[in-house]
Amino acid sequence: MSAAGAEREGALLDLRIDRKVYRRARTEPVEAVSGLAFSLQPAEITCLIGPSGAGKTTTLRILLGLDRDFEGAVTPSPEQVGVAMVFQDPRLLPWRTIEQNVRLGLPRERRARDLDGLFESLGLTPWRSRYPGALSLGMQRRVSLARALALEPRLLVLDEPFVSLDDAAAAGLRGLVVGTVAQAGTGILMVTHNVGEAIEIADRLLLVSARPARLLAEIPFDRPRDGRDRAWIESTRAGLADRFPAIIAR
Amino acid sequence: MALLARLVSLVVLLALWQGVSAYADMRTLPPPSAVLAFILREAESGPLLFNVGVTLARVAVSFVIAMSLGVLLGIALGRSRLADRLLDTPLLVVLNTPALVVTVLAYVWLGLTETAAIVAVALNKLPNVAVIMREGARGLDPGLEEMARTYRFDRRTWIAHVLMPQLQPFMVAAARSGISLAWKIVLVVELLGRPNGVGFAINYYFTLFDVTAVIGYSVVFMSVMLALDAFVLQPLDAHVRRWR
Repeated sequence: MSAAGAEREGALLDLRIDRKVYRRARTEPVEAVSGLAFSLQPAEITCLIGPSGAGKTTTLRILLGLDRDFEGAVTPSPEQVGVAMVFQDPRLLPWRTIEQNVRLGLPRERRARDLDGLFESLGLTPWRSRYPGALSLGMQRRVSLARALALEPRLLVLDEPFVSLDDAAAAGLRGLVVGTVAQAGTGILMVTHNVGEAIEIADRLLLVSARPARLLAEIPFDRPRDGRDRAWIESTRAGLADRFPAIIAR
Repeated sequence: MALLARLVSLVVLLALWQGVSAYADMRTLPPPSAVLAFILREAESGPLLFNVGVTLARVAVSFVIAMSLGVLLGIALGRSRLADRLLDTPLLVVLNTPALVVTVLAYVWLGLTETAAIVAVALNKLPNVAVIMREGARGLDPGLEEMARTYRFDRRTWIAHVLMPQLQPFMVAAARSGISLAWKIVLVVELLGRPNGVGFAINYYFTLFDVTAVIGYSVVFMSVMLALDAFVLQPLDAHVRRWR
């Protein structure tokens, strides 16, 4: 287990899961996570990569404070940090308009705040009074991102945000996420299966083993994002595939 | 077009009735014209409007009671496994007790009073509402629940924007099935123990073998309930589904 940087100075949030076991009546207990620790920094994109069913969703649930039944610690607590989440399926309220969906994510006293700039920057202005059902999946994800950004979180968590989008929609959304880091200094944790995409935008990769999830390696990238061309991404990927054949396919 | 089809079927039905009644005994099957004449006469100089009003008031009060208690009970049953286990059997018992038995017991225990009548109607309808609402509360979207927890929705926001919109279609379904059930039962309740209302009037004319009056009363009351469904409940249904 690599706990490198788990106690680094100035971290937004330190997560340490020693063990997480699911116990259900009449079934064998399942160990989902055993030994996973990392810390998240402001203005940094961290990508969590691992095989399907490896306990990544469990890790996110713990990080968000939805699951408190585990051995370990989240410091400071998610409430204190200011975490916002973008779910894989956008999880909008279909019976409320786009604008209402975004505002309802805010605490009551901030619901009336000015959101014109946010809607404009996400290209959602013409859709504000429409219902989510009228929007494509890509646009619904944007609304989901808008709902998260409206909170002005210090940490933004995204679960497979670009999956099943066409290339243009995925690139557009990716640009918005990267722009948020640059502008607001938000820390980002992104779960993804797309290694190429992670290498393209991440400051750091966290490689996680198959269940029970364990941290295999922490791989920082120093090269600036705009200097990452196809060739560099491919060679980095090939290098990782040699070192971690179980996690990263060639 | 749909309205036209409905009108045509209504006219055909009336014509058939008129045709058959020409060959039947006036006392067993009066023609529609005779029924209409009775309705006008009874409305003008008889107690028709009073009786319909009294029955409607009983339906309204017991409907409101059964809906509010039934919705609360249904949500509790759908959300809490313990409540469901504790109350499932009593609910099944009431659900399967004949309306007549509930009515008789209500009159025996509470006396031949207005309260007993309303309790009887409400008790007959309540389990249906609770069962429909239980299905609704069981089927809440877990993804939205998790979203609401992640975004720390307060209780009021959760109820108004997450819970109720998911329950609304079930509430409308419960209301529509409930109102037709309530008006059928209210007549039995009136027949057994009230000195007024449509059920009382139908029983009174039955003892006189006045079929024209019996059909007349039921046509009027049926029309009122159909109008309620078409002009209040159906638009409400369309309203709660507008986002689809």
